[in-house]
Amino acid sequence: MKTPARGSLLSIEHLPTRDINAILKLARRMKPAHPQPLLRGKRVALLFYETSTRTRASFEVAAKSLGAITVLIQTSGSSIEKGESLLDTGYTLSAIGADVIVLRHPNSGAPNLLAQHLDIPVINAGDGMHEHPSQALLDAYTILRHKKKIAGLQVAIIGDIFHSRVARSNIHLLSKLGAKMTLCGPPELVPELATTLVPGLKLARHVEDAVRGADVVMLLRVQKERLAGLKLHAFDYIARYQMTPARLRLAKRDAILMHPGPAIRGMELEGDLADAPQSVIREEVRNGVPVRMAILARAVRKAR
Amino acid sequence: MSEKSKSNSLLIKGGHLIDPAQNIDAPMDVLLRDGRVAEIAAPGNIRGGAETKFDARGLIVAPGFIDLHVHLREPGQAYKETVATGTAAAAAGGFTSVCCMPNTNPVIDSAEWVSWLLHPDRGALVNVFPLAAATLASRGATLTDFRALHRAGAVAVTDDGKPVLDDKVMRDTLRLSSDLNITVVQHAEDTRATEGCPMHEGPTSFRLGLRGSKASAEADVVERDVQLAQSTGGRLHVAHLSAEGSLTAVRRAKRAKARVTCEVTPHHFTLTDADIRDYDTRYKMNPPLRSASDVEALIAGIADGTVDAIATDHAPHAAYEKNQEFDRAPSGITGLETALGLSITRLHKDRQIPLMRIVELFTSGAARVFDLQARGTLAKGAHGDVTIFDPKKRWTYDAAKSLSKSHNSPFDGWSFTGKVVATIVGGRIVHDAR
Repeated sequence: MKTPARGSLLSIEHLPTRDINAILKLARRMKPAHPQPLLRGKRVALLFYETSTRTRASFEVAAKSLGAITVLIQTSGSSIEKGESLLDTGYTLSAIGADVIVLRHPNSGAPNLLAQHLDIPVINAGDGMHEHPSQALLDAYTILRHKKKIAGLQVAIIGDIFHSRVARSNIHLLSKLGAKMTLCGPPELVPELATTLVPGLKLARHVEDAVRGADVVMLLRVQKERLAGLKLHAFDYIARYQMTPARLRLAKRDAILMHPGPAIRGMELEGDLADAPQSVIREEVRNGVPVRMAILARAVRKAR
Repeated sequence: MSEKSKSNSLLIKGGHLIDPAQNIDAPMDVLLRDGRVAEIAAPGNIRGGAETKFDARGLIVAPGFIDLHVHLREPGQAYKETVATGTAAAAAGGFTSVCCMPNTNPVIDSAEWVSWLLHPDRGALVNVFPLAAATLASRGATLTDFRALHRAGAVAVTDDGKPVLDDKVMRDTLRLSSDLNITVVQHAEDTRATEGCPMHEGPTSFRLGLRGSKASAEADVVERDVQLAQSTGGRLHVAHLSAEGSLTAVRRAKRAKARVTCEVTPHHFTLTDADIRDYDTRYKMNPPLRSASDVEALIAGIADGTVDAIATDHAPHAAYEKNQEFDRAPSGITGLETALGLSITRLHKDRQIPLMRIVELFTSGAARVFDLQARGTLAKGAHGDVTIFDPKKRWTYDAAKSLSKSHNSPFDGWSFTGKVVATIVGGRIVHDAR
């Protein structure tokens, strides 16, 4: 087993705070409209074992904007279908000359496995229920466009935290930057164990308690099928936890509403709330491009 | 003394004998002749010569260690391990007898396969005692022919890896075991509750985003099995017990004089779920590594006598199989070569559990579980199986140098106190690290 190559981004948990700040600073210098060719001649492999709209498109746009050649490998239409292992697929991409691998995978820890065996940087684009570091970085970037600093902010995180890699990455990042967080949802989706992730996490079983006085309200997707599997009724979830204009009014007047997407309108938030003035949901998607440009530039050591 | 009686003899001189079965913990010489223990006596008191002499000064001389739980992978998975390589690793770890699990391909569910395993062509370096499947192909439905399997040499029955969950099948298995006086070994796991769970449920599983299985998935099955053993009079052995609740159930059953025994692995009394870092699949095993309080309970059970044996659950896997996503990688680690080092370091040195007790767990305690006659002791007439070790020797394990075909050990690079110096099977030295 090797130490992951420099420039890898596997998790927020093990990313030093100074690196978080450096990536956010670098992202602010990236100009998606007038990008510098920082990745000219570099090959970026996008290895996606799961479907994705936002993450895949924004990594691809980010890489291409910086002048990289990108190659997309998906489960269907590749040798993955023929039973080639993750590691062998990684060796293959490395042999072809990939300079960076961006990996989306349904199993937690898959990027660690690649990084422990390859010499090139691996970027985690979401692994199982573990982490989604680029999402947390773009969320922090978005928050900082509306708030002066993250330290001291009250953040409510509501929804399916147990199954959410976005939640884990955001909790680690916001904790490192000094935010105060309250997690909220039914025990099946927000178990007591969730509070062991970082020190100082609060747990609320009433959405009103979580939202009251919040600077940031962060919603997570709640899948109907998952509720059914846990014998929870969608109706009950909606009644108790859905974000509505009335509930959002309990937050600070200048609070922002966030959602990593894909948002299920009518489930975790009332249908039109995604379009309300407090909502920064589409801005999050937009910010994905400069943040991922910064992550890729850091990976090829073109910028630090 | 005639020439004839001098041949085939080995005199182990100057050592300190620990034989829990005879309650001996004293300097003693041991004479082996024709594969058996001919005599034990105070130092210098064995008269007459011997063909070979072994200078055991400064060393502990113990009955040959018995491992109740080993996967030798034959037939069908010789790329992971063979009887020859697995028993070579056993000899290096001080084991003179290994009991091998039937979850091979095909499953050992017939007398023919038991005989195949015992055939000299397999090249076993130490004694091999096969376990046979409790149900045909370990499907959990139809019982195998216990009588025929036992006659062919199987020492116990088990569907290891695939627990017998059906109450009726388990009751029938235990009832038959009672009639024939054969031990039933259960891998206690309610697989209905652990599907897709590669590790123990706790803060670490939450942090890693891996689904966690609860300790109760093991303890509930042990609880049920113990009750069935009591109602049927069957002989139950709980394999690789890992959870505090399971130990409590066994302790209670023993007080009620039920015929229940259990084993604990070195990795379960050494590591916890929090040791799983960076999805290192060398820490993936089943039962999974548990919490620190479970580890404390196991050590208490080892100290107070509830635990009958230390068994390794030696489970070799090829590197390419282990180098997978944590969810997909197979469970299990190799353990034959590190068992004594871990036991002396963790139990004796760190926790002051007497060497006598540790030796008991490897010898007489283990022999009793499967009624291995004239083994686990160096009483006169017993098999000449001897393990000689240096309880103070410091050494470092290098998995790459393992005699096993596989190197999937989380203890690679670990330093231990306590090292095997020689392993003797039937009077013959099969491992010599002098």
